[in-house]
Amino acid sequence: MSTITLPAEDNTTDDPRRRAPLTMGGQTLTSITETVARIAERPRPPRAWYVAFAVSSTLTAALILAAIYLIAVGVGVWGNNVPVAWAFDIVNFVFWVGIGHAGTLISAILFLFRQRWRTSVNRFAEAMTIFAVICAGIFPAIHIGRVWFVYWLAPYVNQMAVWPNFRSPLLWDVFAVGTYATVSLLFWYLGMIPDLATLRDRATSRVRRIAYGIFALGWRGSGRQWHRYERAYMLLAGLATPLVLSVHSVVSFDFAVSVVPGWHTTIFPPYFVAGAIFSGFAMVVTLMVPARAFFGLKDLVTLRHLENMNKVILATGCMVGYAYSIEFFIAWYGGNPYEQFAFINRAFGPYTWAYWIMVTCNVVAPQAFWFKKVRTTPWMMVIVCILVNIGMWFERFVIVVTSLSRDYLPSAWEYYRPTAVDITMLLGSFGLFFTLFLLFCRYLPMVAMAEVKAVLPHHHAAGDWQTPAPAEPHANGESHQGIRYPDQVSEGH
Amino acid sequence: MAEKEPTIADAPGGAVAALVAQFAGPDELVEAASQVRDAGYRYWDTHTPYPIHGMDRAMGIRPTVLPWMVLAGGVAGAAAALLMQWWMNAVDYPYIISGKPLFSLPAFIPVTFELIVLFSALTAFVGVLALNQLPQLWHPVFQSRRFARATSDGFFLSIEARDPKFEESRAAELLQSAGAVAIDVCRMPATGREVPTGVYWGVATLAILAILPPLGVAWYRSGAKKLPRIHPILDMDAQPKYRAQAFNPLFPGGMASRPAVPGTIAQGEMDENTALYLGKLGEQWVDEFPVPVSMEAVQRGRERFNIYCAPCHGLTGEGDGMVSQRATRRAEPNWVPPLSLHAEPVRVQPVGQLYNTVTNGIRTMPPYASQISVEDRWAIVLYVKALQRSQHATLDDVPEEMREKLR
Repeated sequence: MSTITLPAEDNTTDDPRRRAPLTMGGQTLTSITETVARIAERPRPPRAWYVAFAVSSTLTAALILAAIYLIAVGVGVWGNNVPVAWAFDIVNFVFWVGIGHAGTLISAILFLFRQRWRTSVNRFAEAMTIFAVICAGIFPAIHIGRVWFVYWLAPYVNQMAVWPNFRSPLLWDVFAVGTYATVSLLFWYLGMIPDLATLRDRATSRVRRIAYGIFALGWRGSGRQWHRYERAYMLLAGLATPLVLSVHSVVSFDFAVSVVPGWHTTIFPPYFVAGAIFSGFAMVVTLMVPARAFFGLKDLVTLRHLENMNKVILATGCMVGYAYSIEFFIAWYGGNPYEQFAFINRAFGPYTWAYWIMVTCNVVAPQAFWFKKVRTTPWMMVIVCILVNIGMWFERFVIVVTSLSRDYLPSAWEYYRPTAVDITMLLGSFGLFFTLFLLFCRYLPMVAMAEVKAVLPHHHAAGDWQTPAPAEPHANGESHQGIRYPDQVSEGH
Repeated sequence: MAEKEPTIADAPGGAVAALVAQFAGPDELVEAASQVRDAGYRYWDTHTPYPIHGMDRAMGIRPTVLPWMVLAGGVAGAAAALLMQWWMNAVDYPYIISGKPLFSLPAFIPVTFELIVLFSALTAFVGVLALNQLPQLWHPVFQSRRFARATSDGFFLSIEARDPKFEESRAAELLQSAGAVAIDVCRMPATGREVPTGVYWGVATLAILAILPPLGVAWYRSGAKKLPRIHPILDMDAQPKYRAQAFNPLFPGGMASRPAVPGTIAQGEMDENTALYLGKLGEQWVDEFPVPVSMEAVQRGRERFNIYCAPCHGLTGEGDGMVSQRATRRAEPNWVPPLSLHAEPVRVQPVGQLYNTVTNGIRTMPPYASQISVEDRWAIVLYVKALQRSQHATLDDVPEEMREKLR
């Protein structure tokens, strides 16, 4: 048995003779439980948490106040006006829905592709999905003007004796986003039940035991329960996969099914889905890098996880760049003068600044990820990912606003400017997102413990890595330390 | 590991409910599980912090029916979505859009797809909980203190006392020989499983409090109310404008309504032909119809009369319309019953006066000028005259050849 001499802390180098370890620091069942559960159990989070929470909850309060002002006075407090009837509201909606998609992608699609590295980040990313969808849902709900009639969107028996028009993409959107929010929540919660049971069983106070106990539903981790649970999880992953692709396709139909030049293009569904995954992964990395540092998760969420996500960002960034160029090609090749005008106007018209911010952030910035140094250096990847998030917000702004501001009727052309309420609500939505996220970090298991345990070397398909050292029997449960597996990398066994 | 004697921990309590044995690791647990399975137990289980591969086979677990349930959920979702869209958009409220068929499948696919996923996912979620009998917040195995590690790093096997083959000493023996490192005896609580009464009262109070608001709304909305319903949100009820007859400090005299500029006539108020528009010539009611009298006009008048007048005046003009009957039955204090159109005071009125009553109303009868055109008002008057004639006709009014029949 010869030992490979790779630095113990490096799992980003691929060696064909071994499988790169998914976790570092010689993790055992016990240490994983300790690392993850301790975050939710410690009485006081780090000071940085309080600072971040103060900022984000202030912004959330600003969002709530701005929304109340909007509802009380009317949508005229926004900068939207004909011809730019959709602006920040829809830009923010599409942006946040897109952010959510990375969570479902990591939890469902990578699960079906048996990408085991997902286990360390999926809980985190799924939580992000839920919070992003909450932020997204606010904007279409309040942009309808009379928000107290939002239930008119639903097909319910009413005294007006009318039904919604099921041939409208806006109604498809209601069903798509509603289903997406529901399924994401179920998936997230189902995945969390075993970990909530862990927190329940470790609880030292009665309140915590009851609170976690209720949500753990009495989970006993029994063989029969696990059998059905694994099957249900796989089924939900199989359902969520086409769902996530459909949701952003349907969101893109809101534009593509219309006849506005610059919107009416068949490339929108795949282009929107790629962009959604692109922005979502960038958001995961942006959040994950500080979170793993603050909460001591560096051994579970390793550089390899971050590098893998950065590779996905690079790939989807190139897809997005390809979509930008093909739009121009089709505008020229299609020979439609209005379409040609729309795209030339996008790049060189009154919003040229927004267009080039978008191109710089979305196409140029992620090219840095061709360099391994950037892919594996946390502060560098955070800079790139923040740029990507800015770029993806501007992508939606460019699509929505440039097309509308120069539509078919030149006499109606108008230069859209956001108002203070618009900008407050945009910042406030970030506040809401981070507030929910910080609460999640504080009270819930941030890493899917049961799933990470299942992919510890001994526990997945036999013979990948190393057999366990003979476990020491522990007569006394209190001193039982779990089964320790050596962390030295060795070549077969 | 079997050579080392496991400890058996027992705690005071009621009858034995289950034995919980801890094992050193996953491999030992899989081995023990196959032994317990071979011993023929039914109510037993393994407890691990994560799913262990090979455990299904070792325990002899048959594949779950969950996938079939999810398939059924998906089919139900597709059927519900297609039926809903067909019924709502093609049958009950047909939308004609771009000349497409009322049931246009391509446009209905997105919602159908979403509902397939939604129904399937809900089935999977509810199904896995139901099949796993969750939520089940109390179970005998939780009596074991050691068992808390089952969700962290411990590997356990439990045999429940409700198993027909269960016998405490033999089960413990089996677990020992299978390699248990520790065994806990779990007992039913001696005092029974009781929820504190405070919880019951709390839940009951909350339930009653939660029911009160919807009950209040239901009570308020049921039955007839004298006041208009409450509008929590005023929508367009409250408009920033001055209503007619309201006080307006902006104008001298405080009148919100502006008087006509002297010497002008508003559009649609050019009433030069006073006989036609007002039913008057000077101060005198006209006695001749200012419009042509014809059979068509009578028919038109009957139709309009039956729509606008009959609800109060009755189809024959006796004053016995449904509104009048109901108001009389309920003894409405402000109700003035309509005069019979065949009463002497009405019969002697000239047509101009009848026309004026239709136009401007009288007593509690509202004006109909805004609802019925001038020509139709005259047609109604014509029909009223015909009705009056019919109720006071003599044989002389009937054509000669018909008189013999009626005599």
